Amino acid sequence: MTPSQPQGVERAAIQSAEFLPNGPAAAAILAAGVGSALLGILAVAADASKPVARLLTFYLPTGPLSGVTSVAILLWLVTWFILAKHWRTRTVAIGTVNATAFLLLALGILLTFPPFADLLQGK
Amino acid sequence: MEISLRALITLIHGVLFGAFFVMATYGLVVELYRSVYAEQPIKLTPQGYSRERLYLICMVALGWAAVLTGAYVIYPWYRAVPPAGVTDLALYPRFLLKSSAVTAGWHDLGMEWKEHVAWIAPIAVTMVAYVLTRYRHSIREHPQVRTAILVFAVVALGAAGVAGFFGAMLNKYAPVNGGPAIHLRGKRQ
Repeated sequence: MTPSQPQGVERAAIQSAEFLPNGPAAAAILAAGVGSALLGILAVAADASKPVARLLTFYLPTGPLSGVTSVAILLWLVTWFILAKHWRTRTVAIGTVNATAFLLLALGILLTFPPFADLLQGK
Repeated sequence: MEISLRALITLIHGVLFGAFFVMATYGLVVELYRSVYAEQPIKLTPQGYSRERLYLICMVALGWAAVLTGAYVIYPWYRAVPPAGVTDLALYPRFLLKSSAVTAGWHDLGMEWKEHVAWIAPIAVTMVAYVLTRYRHSIREHPQVRTAILVFAVVALGAAGVAGFFGAMLNKYAPVNGGPAIHLRGKRQ
């Protein structure tokens, strides 16, 4: 056995011990996309509908923004928790997860952009 | 030399929390982008990883501090409704901006966008910080995960930039003022 072999074996063992499935990362990435999209969807809903705006007014001085953000954050964390629990030890199709998360993120940004939200509402 | 309490808190929100968050996120984006082209994995000492984790925690905390102070402390002052008969709208920034067609856009586009898009930034960086911490030894083995967190970090930087830009412009045209005056130096009026 050459002196370099134990190092190589040791390194491989360390790498193997450190290898993590991509499930936990995929759960966090997809949940962040879901959270962003929910933020946009709720923002448009509160802007379009007075009853929804009233329903989402959790803190009067801040208005509907308090409910829009609180609900979006709560659902983001719940989504993250559920996905993380299911994908904790799994290797998932990260390409599909990324594409979905990017679409949701783009949707969230678009829906928070007032000219686009107004266009959707026919204003 | 005096500053009103509301102006001071707005300053803390924008400069301390907001601007430092933008700088921290910019540093994160640069480091993530650099790691894509690194030939060798960047190994840190345990103390180095500990400092890196502290950096990420501070960045996430700054992001949440910025949006929470913005939404629950400053925004209520911004959107306060003037009592009937009040003609001086200096203490009612939203109504001051909307009172003129020249400045209304700063509210209709600036504040309406800023108040929502800003929240995407802490959501994104919380995820990025979690992934970087969890996969600190193996992120190179997951190039698609690294791509995803880089995209989210860039979007967080953009969202924080939009919020920061409009925050500065809104405060220029309709500054949040009021509350007790805080005397800093010189003679009191």
